[in-house]
Amino acid sequence: MNLLAILLLPLLVAIGVGLFGERARNLRDGFTVLGGVVLAGLVAMQIAPVLAGVRPELVLWDMLPGLAIAFRLEPLGLLFACVAAGLWPITSLYAFGYMRAHHEHNQTRFFICFAIAISAAMGIALAANLITLFLFYEVLTLSTVPLVMHHGNENAKAGGRTYLGVLLFTSIGLLLPAIVWTYHLAGTTDFAAGGILTGLASPQTLGVLYGLFLFGVGKAALMPFHRWLPAAMVAPTPVSALLHAVAVVKAGVFCVLKITVLIFGLDMLAVAGAGQVMMVIAAFTILAASIVAMAQDNLKRRLAYSTISQLAYIVLGATLASSVAATGAGLHIVMHALGKITLFFCAGAIYVTHHKTNVSDLDGLGRQMPWTFAAFGLASLSIIGLPPFGGMWSKWWLSLGALDAGQAWVVAVLAVSSLLNIAYLLPIVVRGFLRPAPADDQCDKHQHGEANLAMVAPLTLTALACVAAFVFAGPIVALLQEAIK
Amino acid sequence: MMQHAPALIVLIPMLLAPLVAMLRSPGAGWALFTAGAAGSFALSILVLEQVWSGGVVSYAMGGWVPPFGIEYRIDLANGLVLAVVSGIALLVAPFARASVAHEISEPRQYLFYACMLLCLCGLLGIAATGDAFNVFVFLEISSLSAYGLIAMGRSRRALLASFQYLVMGTVGGTFLLIGIGLLYAVTGTLNMADIAERLPATYDSRVTHAAVAFIFVGLSIKVALFPLHQWLPSAYAEAPSAVTAFMAATATKVAAYAMLRFADTVLGEALVFEQLPVGEIGVLLACVAMIAGSLVAIFQQDLKLLLAYSSLAQIGYIVLGIALGTADGASAGLLHVVAHAVVKCGLFVVAGVVIYRLGSERLDALNGLALRMPGVFAALVICGMGLVGVPATAGFVSKWALLQALIAEQAWVAAFTMLGSSLMAVIYIGVLIERAVFRAPDTSLSDTGITPLGAKLSLAALAVLTVLIGLWSDPIAQIANGAGAGLFEAGR
Repeated sequence: MNLLAILLLPLLVAIGVGLFGERARNLRDGFTVLGGVVLAGLVAMQIAPVLAGVRPELVLWDMLPGLAIAFRLEPLGLLFACVAAGLWPITSLYAFGYMRAHHEHNQTRFFICFAIAISAAMGIALAANLITLFLFYEVLTLSTVPLVMHHGNENAKAGGRTYLGVLLFTSIGLLLPAIVWTYHLAGTTDFAAGGILTGLASPQTLGVLYGLFLFGVGKAALMPFHRWLPAAMVAPTPVSALLHAVAVVKAGVFCVLKITVLIFGLDMLAVAGAGQVMMVIAAFTILAASIVAMAQDNLKRRLAYSTISQLAYIVLGATLASSVAATGAGLHIVMHALGKITLFFCAGAIYVTHHKTNVSDLDGLGRQMPWTFAAFGLASLSIIGLPPFGGMWSKWWLSLGALDAGQAWVVAVLAVSSLLNIAYLLPIVVRGFLRPAPADDQCDKHQHGEANLAMVAPLTLTALACVAAFVFAGPIVALLQEAIK
Repeated sequence: MMQHAPALIVLIPMLLAPLVAMLRSPGAGWALFTAGAAGSFALSILVLEQVWSGGVVSYAMGGWVPPFGIEYRIDLANGLVLAVVSGIALLVAPFARASVAHEISEPRQYLFYACMLLCLCGLLGIAATGDAFNVFVFLEISSLSAYGLIAMGRSRRALLASFQYLVMGTVGGTFLLIGIGLLYAVTGTLNMADIAERLPATYDSRVTHAAVAFIFVGLSIKVALFPLHQWLPSAYAEAPSAVTAFMAATATKVAAYAMLRFADTVLGEALVFEQLPVGEIGVLLACVAMIAGSLVAIFQQDLKLLLAYSSLAQIGYIVLGIALGTADGASAGLLHVVAHAVVKCGLFVVAGVVIYRLGSERLDALNGLALRMPGVFAALVICGMGLVGVPATAGFVSKWALLQALIAEQAWVAAFTMLGSSLMAVIYIGVLIERAVFRAPDTSLSDTGITPLGAKLSLAALAVLTVLIGLWSDPIAQIANGAGAGLFEAGR
């Protein structure tokens, strides 16, 4: 019953938003936040029972003979649901500040699609089998297209085409055959502890199948299927923040992790060595995307490439096929979400208040927007992986996992990547606080100051959450170990 | 009453057709067409239910016991096809009223409904009969009425399209007749079950091989399998909208069913797939059709032509399932018959509404459709997704089944060709949706302003069906699975 409520609540919000419409915008926006808070509460209420070993199930009906639309709450899915549902109300709050300050059109459509996307993310989190997962995966893709194309100009259309093209190509061209193949081999698509493919195929077959899955989940943005993520940056910033730093991309890596742990099984993957090739590709993605990020002057594009790099951490953690590394990968889903959403919030606040999109234009802006830039700095440090920020723990576990799996070179990749993170993130903060503002801005005499409260409050909150995650990482690790044991 | 149902399904439209021709009134014609379709549909469902619970239903026409008389033999496969064909006729009917009044001159409207009834009768007859010669007779009934229907199109080009179809369709029908004649020569019977029993003794005879070749080439023309498809695009593009919506969903599908029946039951898979390379040729041609059809569709500037070329590709999916020569393949083919019938019918009704309101079938007419006709646009999106095969739509279910059948046979090239074709469908459907959302409406087209209620009804029903089948296809998939298994058992 609770599962159904979690799935339907965002849809209810979507309907409510549609009914209130533009005429009752305050009611509409209040309703969205309220729905978000209730959803976050509902999801959080599941944590204690799941830790105690309860696994609520919900089977709706058979879509095809033997292939049911079914849901089952397990710890890994709960973790993803917590992240997406927890950040939704915060982002909604931010979105009102952003959309109103920016006088965006079609706000009702925007919030409807947003709510549907969250519902799809919940479906992905709770899916009990691959076919249900695929169903909601595609709903998530399609419901976010109107958000990416929101502005409706040539740029937005081109970005939307790339977005849809890459995501549908990978899901229909690679993921769907992988799922059908799995069904053919195992006779089921249900997620099960220890995997369902043990002893059913040769290591070579498993390697190919694993590759199909990892590339097929295009939302994980593994190179060479990463182009959609920078393209999606044409969307309004709240979309980039929640969907393209949290819900959509994390849905991707969550799928990778879930498929690794519950379809293949870590033990079998380690024995068959099926993940070796993908491990190298993930490591390459980490470094290559970081280097590309350094060359980007557009702030959102830089963050997008940073996301590609950080997502590959999680894929890498999955491919290492060690329970320690998988824990690190799961932790990174949470830590990176908190850090990256803060960075996007800041980028959006800067854009709306000062209409600056390029890193090179940010000189001296930190003095006008101290809160925003401070938050940006804290989140950057978390992404880099320094204490006392949450990002440290995930890198810690990932490095341990690499040693555990006997892949010491991965530790070096992680270290180099951290250095690259410093190189592309910290200069932004340094520019903001230490460089003098350019002269022509002075002539303008137009001091915009800090962004409005509806934007500053969320970004401060998430920046503080990065610190809190350092202190309170224990429960998250407990949840992950429950998932992987 | 109930024991005569298999015959009545076919006879109702057959008897209503002359009545419509005599009454000479468009209103009565439409009412009788709707009633006929409804009657056939209701009986089809009843018979299907009977077959599902009690096994194959056999009906001896005129009381003559088979194999001496004509037998109507309904199993799950043709039961499903009967339900689809009559169901589509029923769903097209509300749309047909306004569309026909708009596109066809008043004095010829009653003839339109008479021809539609005859066409329906022919298609249902092909599906219902268990007699090989009867297949040919009903094929000609449906074809002849179809030539007339296409010729009623809006422009004079319709006459050319009709003539083209007439030439090719006649060649196809004749080939089928020759094939059946050869079968009669070697087995001395026309009853399908009887042929199936006697044919294995003549598997090495060259006459039998010639019969197989004639039958499959003849049916391939009626299915419009590449490279025998030339009649289809112009016929679909020029025919009145209601005819296109009806025929695109039924005519080629019934021919595909006939292919399935001949391959798996009458001739036997051992001959068709193991001894002769019909399966290999079919898979190859289907793959070419899937890619070529989708590719050409991408570059079309005319909505109906675009959908017609897309149909060529979709026919490739169905033939691919049939050509695999497995029970899974056959049931996947049947599932795609159902899915594609619903989806493509919906899309052609959308095209019909656009023509009704704006008088143009150029893609430019779709510009700004999302604001101009939001309801029609929603149907376009839903049915378009069904065509692509997005999960939760009808197209996904059949593609899943087909992919599964292909992977079971290790047919990797065909599997990825099929997926490639689906991705190309994303492009041509995406083009339509993008035009509808982002382009400013073409102001040079005068909008009549109202979508007819009947068209709304048809569209809503088809869109809902697309999603319903997508989310809950268990019953249909079970029937299709049973049908696939049944076809192969019967052949042994």
